[in-house]
Amino acid sequence: MNDLWIIMKNELVVTTIIFLLLFIKIGKGLKNETLLPLIQFLLLANLLQGFFFNKEGLLFEGIFYSNTLIIVQKNILSLGVYLISLVCSDWLKKSPQLPEFFILMLSALLGMFFMISSGNLLMFYLSLELATIPVAAMANFDLHKKVSSEAAMKMILSSAFSSGILLFGISLLYGATGTLQFAEMSALLDGSPLQMLAFIFLFTAFAFKLSVVPFHLWTADVYEGSPVAVTAFLSVISKGAVAFILLTVLHKVFLPMMGIWYNLLMILSVITMITGNIFALRQQNIKRFLAFSSIAQVGFILVGMTNEGQLGISSVVYFILVYIFSNLAAFGVASAISSQTGKENIDDYKGMYRTNPFLSWILALALFSLAGIPPTAGFFGKLFLLTAGGAKGSFWYIGIAALNMIISLYYYLRVIRSVFMDKNDAPIEKISVGRSATLGLLLCGAGILAAGLFSWIFEYIRGILN
Amino acid sequence: MPSIATIALIPLLPFAGFVLLGIFGRTALKKPAGYLGTALMLASCILALYTAYGYFFDFGKIHGAYQKLVPFQMTWLEFSKDVSINIGFILDPLSAMMLVVVTFISLMVHIYSLSYMKGEERFGTYYAFLGLFTFSMLGLVLSSNIFQIYIFWELVGVSSFLLIGFYYDKPSAVAACKKAFIVTRFADLGFLIGILVLSYYGGTLDFGTLIARLTDPSSTQMQAAVNASFLGASALTWGAVLVFIGGAGKSAMFPLHIWLPDAMEGPTPVSALIHAATMVVAGVYLVARLFPVFAISVPGALHVVAYIGVVSAMIAAVIACTQTDIKRVLAYSTMSQIGFMMFALGVSGYGGEAGLGYSASLFHLFTHAMFKALLFLGAGSVIHFVHSNEMKDMGGLRKLMPVTHITFLIACLAIAGVPPFAGFFSKEEILLAASRGNTGIYYMALITSGLTAFYMFRLYFRIFWNKEAGHDAHHGKEGGFALLFPLVLLALCAAGAGFIPFGEYVSSDGTPLHSEFDPVFSIAPVALGVAGILLASWFYLRANDRADRVAASLKGLYTAAYNKFYIDELYLFITKKVLFNLVGRPAAWIDRNIVDGAVNLVGNETVAFSKLIKKLQSGKVQQYAIVFLGGVLVLAVLFIYIWH
Repeated sequence: MNDLWIIMKNELVVTTIIFLLLFIKIGKGLKNETLLPLIQFLLLANLLQGFFFNKEGLLFEGIFYSNTLIIVQKNILSLGVYLISLVCSDWLKKSPQLPEFFILMLSALLGMFFMISSGNLLMFYLSLELATIPVAAMANFDLHKKVSSEAAMKMILSSAFSSGILLFGISLLYGATGTLQFAEMSALLDGSPLQMLAFIFLFTAFAFKLSVVPFHLWTADVYEGSPVAVTAFLSVISKGAVAFILLTVLHKVFLPMMGIWYNLLMILSVITMITGNIFALRQQNIKRFLAFSSIAQVGFILVGMTNEGQLGISSVVYFILVYIFSNLAAFGVASAISSQTGKENIDDYKGMYRTNPFLSWILALALFSLAGIPPTAGFFGKLFLLTAGGAKGSFWYIGIAALNMIISLYYYLRVIRSVFMDKNDAPIEKISVGRSATLGLLLCGAGILAAGLFSWIFEYIRGILN
Repeated sequence: MPSIATIALIPLLPFAGFVLLGIFGRTALKKPAGYLGTALMLASCILALYTAYGYFFDFGKIHGAYQKLVPFQMTWLEFSKDVSINIGFILDPLSAMMLVVVTFISLMVHIYSLSYMKGEERFGTYYAFLGLFTFSMLGLVLSSNIFQIYIFWELVGVSSFLLIGFYYDKPSAVAACKKAFIVTRFADLGFLIGILVLSYYGGTLDFGTLIARLTDPSSTQMQAAVNASFLGASALTWGAVLVFIGGAGKSAMFPLHIWLPDAMEGPTPVSALIHAATMVVAGVYLVARLFPVFAISVPGALHVVAYIGVVSAMIAAVIACTQTDIKRVLAYSTMSQIGFMMFALGVSGYGGEAGLGYSASLFHLFTHAMFKALLFLGAGSVIHFVHSNEMKDMGGLRKLMPVTHITFLIACLAIAGVPPFAGFFSKEEILLAASRGNTGIYYMALITSGLTAFYMFRLYFRIFWNKEAGHDAHHGKEGGFALLFPLVLLALCAAGAGFIPFGEYVSSDGTPLHSEFDPVFSIAPVALGVAGILLASWFYLRANDRADRVAASLKGLYTAAYNKFYIDELYLFITKKVLFNLVGRPAAWIDRNIVDGAVNLVGNETVAFSKLIKKLQSGKVQQYAIVFLGGVLVLAVLFIYIWH
């Protein structure tokens, strides 16, 4: 019985925080100015507890399990949530329903924790829904904006559709193998057409959440309509969590069907990178721009996933850590600017360096990392992903990926050029960034540099798998 | 053995100075910038002396030989089990000696600059750059692997660039720093390729392992490197020669020396530190670091080193005889002396008595650092006094600047090889090694050392004697304590450093090398040196036209040497006329018309294509669902029916 408390410790802590916020909401005693630091402190505590007293083990006959890799993944997600609470604090402070927002966000986080730890398809499905539905509600949080409601509506409808196909896949799989347990399923897979169809149905649900082309169409509308904090959460935390569980599902459960998913990943990653890049080239709105560029980034994650060895897993986990720092830094700057001036177009950023050097440098660092320029962490992240993908020897494939990196360089540098070099008579006025947002941006910047310069971070992730 | 922190602090203290002064040097720390930088440098120097002392007299010697120690090593980036990039420190006689030289000279320059650079607008920035340079140089000598050394090699180049161009409002300084950067860049390309070749065949970046593998004829790596051949030479020879090209660029060896005289546009203390005592000997250091590979496995490459070295030494000495800018004379003299160090390595063998050239070369590096830094600082003191670099504005200064005069004289005697000053001992060893190794080189070196005595005393007499200078009103006093203290200290070193039994401590294989002093052998070089001095005094002690008449009778040679043998013009011809017209213009045309055209085409097509598929992104959820379903079906059909 004691094991249960320790093995599910992360989930229990998040649940406790959710209830705490619920009581605070009922009590109605706290203003945003005091509440937000309190929440940030709780999230920090949640992050720090993840490093101590962890235990591996199975619970409930294998429905829930935990190991060191899963704990690292959970810590990465906790870190992301903490950073969002910091970098978006200017927007959060104005929110009339602050406790609800975090109750929803933490519920989604709880869902992700369960999802990563699930050892059973049914458990996986339930936790996936828990990780999705609260986010749809969060997308609606700009209550006075119509686009925000539209985003929420589109998200819930698309998710429902995708869930339908997922459930179809799960039931076919149950019919074909007679089990829902991951541990037992692997031995029963033989690659029959029925199982393949089931697998493709299952896979599309992941592809939908990761916005892999052609299942990505919801992404741009939802990202643009949602508040920046929600967009950041969707594009970083949600994607990270889904990528983690997809790794487990592909590399452990469906390993016997590797011949199929290797080709599947290859085709979809190429389409995804190209489409994401082509759309990102044309975007004017910074949020839409980041949305499409994040689609292209997912294409790279899929490249790393094609490697079924430990390099595949470690490169993806490392890249997601790096991606959290880089993308949240970019979103943080966008959030600071949009919450104070309402400006969201890249053209508005022209000449920003003269008025806001700090924000400009953080943005430049983030975009350098996203583009994969050394010595930022993004370079090493992409390097490891491509190395993992190239392990099979299909060099034309890695060649296409590398070409896409070069294309992405163009549009990332275009933003940097407007910020630093383009002249503008009326640049964005000086923005006063709050203290916690500054801290968050600095943490992201430090993370981008540290994860690139200190090799032990990657070494540690790789060491877990041995 | 000192703790890792002690060794790490040696380079990190100057780095801390760079960071602090780089950020606050123009604001809060502008006033105390000099004292802060000097204090950090002093601490670093003390730690370096402590470490070197401990190494040489306490823990370094095991079983009668000095060991290569790697007290600290960490993996920085691991690509695979076999290929990783490390960061580490190496401690061996070579690096311990260099630590002392670099920190000591740097400290002297720091102190000297307190007075020399006083009142500069960018005083704090100057000290920040000095800190950066010292950090990079110390990192370079401590590097335990070939990749790390490359990083610091480039950093050294950058700080040299920054310091040459310190007076960035002076067009000649800007041109000089660009020239230095570009010329060394070409050499560094050779260095990089050399590193790649050596580490590819050696299968490692680590110095110890690399040397062990590439000197053992039975190892698989060695055999692969010897068997792979390109244009008639083995891969190993190419690797060694390419690495040497990198070293030759940094050390201003012929024909890559053209940047060094122009680099004198930087502040004089910088010239003393970077372009005389430390950075320019990095090439010598590099060859010495990889010396076992050169000496045991690729004697052919070592011949290249020897001949380039002696040719550079001779050409530079001839040019130095004709220059009238005192700093340029010193610059060519530096090049000439480095040529001595290079060919000493080139004629040396590995281990025991045969390794005499190796010890001699590094001994000369050590003594040269002392007296050349002294010469530059003395020249700085003179320039500070008369506000000119030209010899014609000087003369008769011996009574006006007594301290500078005596210290400068000691340095000149040292470089001319007059016993018992430091340069005598190191140069004797070099000549002895040359006479044992290669007679042709020995005679060229002998002539060059006579020329050295001549041009150095030409400089000395033109500055301090020649005419009786009227005491101009605008001539101030000789500098204060900060200016003179380094001169005196360095003069003591230049006078006494020769008595160190250097071969006992630094030798090619770590075992002590007992060098015996042979008075008979010394007769020829000393006699030539004295003859050079006498000739110089006959020409220049009093004002007369003897020198001009001799120059007129040797008109062709004199003009050629005065114009530095037209090597700069040759480079200009090759780059401007040949490269720009034959490569640059066609490349520009292709770039404008074909590459840009293709890029524009791709761009336009991409935009057209994205307009086409933009219709998918309609904003209608029902349409999204249809695409989604379509995607599922296509994948299902593809994988279930077609792929199998």
